Amino acid sequence: MIETHPSLAQQEFIQKEKTHRRNVSVIRMLLLVLFLSLWELCARLGFINDFIFSSPTRVTICFLDMVKDNSIFVHTGVTVMETLISFALVVVFGLLISILLWSSRSISEVLEPYLVMLNSLPKSALAPILIVWLGNNIKTIIVASISVAVFGCIMTLHTGFSQTDPDKIKLIYSLGGTKKDVLLKVLLPGSIPLIISNMKVNIGLCLVGVIIGEFLAANKGLGYLIIYGSQVFKMDLVVMSIVILCIVSAFLYQGITLLEKKIRF
Amino acid sequence: MKPKLEVHGVSYSYHSLEGETLALSDISFTADNGEFLAIVGPSGCGKSTLLSLLSGLLTPDTGEILIDGVPQSDSRSNIGYMLQRDHLFEWRTIMGNAELGLEIQRKLDGSSKEKLHQMLHTYGLGSFEQAKPSELSGGMRQRAALVRTLALEPDLLLLDEPFSALDYQTRLSVCDDISSIIKSTQKTAILITHDLSEAISVADRVIILTSRPGRLKAIVPVSFGDENLGPLMRRNMPEFSVYFNQVWKELQNHD
Repeated sequence: MIETHPSLAQQEFIQKEKTHRRNVSVIRMLLLVLFLSLWELCARLGFINDFIFSSPTRVTICFLDMVKDNSIFVHTGVTVMETLISFALVVVFGLLISILLWSSRSISEVLEPYLVMLNSLPKSALAPILIVWLGNNIKTIIVASISVAVFGCIMTLHTGFSQTDPDKIKLIYSLGGTKKDVLLKVLLPGSIPLIISNMKVNIGLCLVGVIIGEFLAANKGLGYLIIYGSQVFKMDLVVMSIVILCIVSAFLYQGITLLEKKIRF
Repeated sequence: MKPKLEVHGVSYSYHSLEGETLALSDISFTADNGEFLAIVGPSGCGKSTLLSLLSGLLTPDTGEILIDGVPQSDSRSNIGYMLQRDHLFEWRTIMGNAELGLEIQRKLDGSSKEKLHQMLHTYGLGSFEQAKPSELSGGMRQRAALVRTLALEPDLLLLDEPFSALDYQTRLSVCDDISSIIKSTQKTAILITHDLSEAISVADRVIILTSRPGRLKAIVPVSFGDENLGPLMRRNMPEFSVYFNQVWKELQNHD
């Protein structure tokens, strides 16, 4: 028998679950409101120096000023564009190089120690050299950003590829397939969940790389605003840029999640 | 008539830095057209290695394998291979999975697709063509895997414990199912199994291997008088336990 009306216990359970979820969202919002009002209050009452610690109203005023002359959109746009370009390049290079490593045992074994070393090297150490080599421009920023994400990406994908079920590979060979068939019919389609979860990590790392790059070699972008603001002691500008950065990174992450939902099988 | 498959003195070793492991030693047997052979032996006796050799995925160190009188490496005949698990790809529909072999061999066209439709229909998967593998039961998945194998119209079918991943009840019915499909299409088939009663219930002859290195211990012909007796029916015949004991004794007998 199929029950058309949920039982009392089920109704109670659903009610409890709904209450729980609502409580979580309410408390989340309250926490933010509490933090902002406490910050504002402390600044107004002089517990903290709002010239150094800024305050929600000062940040908002700073933001509105920059909206008026459109400059905030330019800076945010530049950072987002640089992040997306380097992200796309990381995905392309990461996939191509990890496929190359998978296709040849010799190549992967020869390159392995170098990859491990490059992956654990703090990439910010490279930025000054990149400026000298590539100049004070967007090229440096994008290369810096790629260098932050690409080595980890290659290693993760390569590990994932080499863990493909050997029996699935055997199946392709037993059906008369070649290594290319293994790649196109098993490896890539089977690795889509891995590639996406790796993308989620990489989009964040690319943003980190772009900000490192903008700290050193830029006259536009949120990273530039942060470093410029701190140098001229405009802390409102610094805090505002960080807040926008938080929002940008959340949006980028959500973008990948949307992509994941779209191709989920 | 020339046998479908001839295996003459085949040996094979695996190599690693720790040393050499002889997996199969001097194996010889033949299979006639339309015959159903079962190979049994203790685990690690090189049963799966033997199938890989027959399918051409590995090349024997010594000896030769002839299919229709032609060496396996030059043979143009199609060999179907069924693995322990169905390995249906979750990112393809049942139809997409069944098409895999044809797609790889670039034989996918209107007429081969039509034949696949009919095969899926015949084997009770007609309404599941667009379903994902996870929506099917274990038995249906194994049947879909069989369709994927049969789609290439193999002359010789190699079955590597294809029922071992199923629960016992499903296993009996799928075994019944699949062996009747194979018999009705008159394919030559070689089944590897560690389940003696399964071997006796489907095979025309049972080949017994020793433990590592795998050597040919005995070949037991199995006959129940009636050719068309299905595996489940065979299990009810009085001869069944006689054959079982015979095969069991051969396996136990270490000399």
